[in-house]
Amino acid sequence: MRMFDYVRADDASAALRLASQSPAAKYLGGGTNLVDLMRERVERPDMLVDVTGLDRSIEVRDDGSLRIGAAATNTALAEHRAVREGFPLLARAILDGASGQIRNMATVGGNILQRTRCLYFYDDAARCNKRTPGSGCDAINGFNRMHAILGASAHCVATHPSDMCVALAALDAIIHLQGPAGTRSVKLVDLHRLPDDRPDIETVLQAGELIVAVEVPALPWARRSAYRKVRDRASYAFALFSVAAALDLTKDGAVRSARVALGGVAHKPWRATRAEAALRGKPANEESFHAAAEAELRDAVGLGHNGFKIDLAQRTLASVLADLAEIRP
Amino acid sequence: MRFNVNGCDHDLEADLRTSLLDLLREHLQLTGTKKGCDQGACGACTVLVDGMRINACLALAVQYQGRAITTIEGLAPDGELHPLQRAFIEHDGFQCGYCTPGQLCSAVAMVHEVERGLPSAVTADLAAQHVNLDHDELRERMSGNLCRCGAYNGIAAAITELFGMKRTQA
Repeated sequence: MRMFDYVRADDASAALRLASQSPAAKYLGGGTNLVDLMRERVERPDMLVDVTGLDRSIEVRDDGSLRIGAAATNTALAEHRAVREGFPLLARAILDGASGQIRNMATVGGNILQRTRCLYFYDDAARCNKRTPGSGCDAINGFNRMHAILGASAHCVATHPSDMCVALAALDAIIHLQGPAGTRSVKLVDLHRLPDDRPDIETVLQAGELIVAVEVPALPWARRSAYRKVRDRASYAFALFSVAAALDLTKDGAVRSARVALGGVAHKPWRATRAEAALRGKPANEESFHAAAEAELRDAVGLGHNGFKIDLAQRTLASVLADLAEIRP
Repeated sequence: MRFNVNGCDHDLEADLRTSLLDLLREHLQLTGTKKGCDQGACGACTVLVDGMRINACLALAVQYQGRAITTIEGLAPDGELHPLQRAFIEHDGFQCGYCTPGQLCSAVAMVHEVERGLPSAVTADLAAQHVNLDHDELRERMSGNLCRCGAYNGIAAAITELFGMKRTQA
């Protein structure tokens, strides 16, 4: 591991000031991904600015929206009563991720900025355009069971590993940033990039920008929501596929509105806008749900080892929607 | 750097790159905490920080100054086995024993999580006030601790004997 300086920040302004001292500085949350990447020499910061002492409050506003300090732990967010009752898809997504130990350490901000678990990204004997831009990608013709089926490029087929972000994408979450040029807000679905020809640039964050809070807008019908994760073992594994969904149904059983996002399929948390559009106004039945799933996966491309994900995604998505609508086959 | 481990303060100099796991094992000779994968996949390094379980291998020690760190040695401070250790012996909750300190620390903290009502991925009703530590809950909540010998049945039996009636307190 490369040697680094360590400083602990008391507030966001101090964190920015400290990080501005070096272009190779990194913000450090729980360290569950960054420390591992530093050990593998994939990340080589010369300074760590510890931001675990920053805002970790979870505020429920009068309108039902949430404001979550970025230093809140994954456990704290999943445990919060307003999340468990009002946004079950978010609590479930977090609890489906990692292990009890890791959720206790990991921060909300760090979860959002965690990097892919593509094995070729970690292996410095492999070619990886994300680790070494321009070197090539050994995953495309390699063992790509875990890799992307949507939005991938000839340069990178890695997936974003977060479960929490899939729920946040469905919930239209807003990420509040503080940076050298001031504060701004970005929708979570616009924070992460598709790989295109620069898979090393994973987000729209500018140098020195820090996630300070996550806002979850009110969505009363998110009470009817779910997160389902399909993986190679029953617990403590990354997603082959996951879906976060919420349904708003009319009294006569039609879909007034739907929120759907997918995990394990793309370089970013994948908001399923085609499925949402296909569902709007349709009767809440199996036919509508299968049609919506088909619409979303229409452009999906398998790589050799992960082609099964296309069927898996369609069936799982339709099944989750049917469960939410309480349709029993 | 100053650390509080098992109730004792320690002042020591360590490279900033030192993980909490290496600090415990190499600087404080508390070798009960084990290094398995050293990348957060196995849970052998599980210790408690302010009563909360974490993976010491993924923790930079410098971040944990001033916190109350408890290791397996701290669970049995006077040489008398913790009741859960006795239950592990009773139920053959190990074969080689390498994952055992992590299993024990993890289980002790896991039970507190149940007591305070933290749901898990298999909790049917997220809004429920109470969680019962049944078989499925136990296995899900302990999934961060792997056992390559496959002593899971004994581990689950030991934890169940001691904590199986645990539920969220009113």
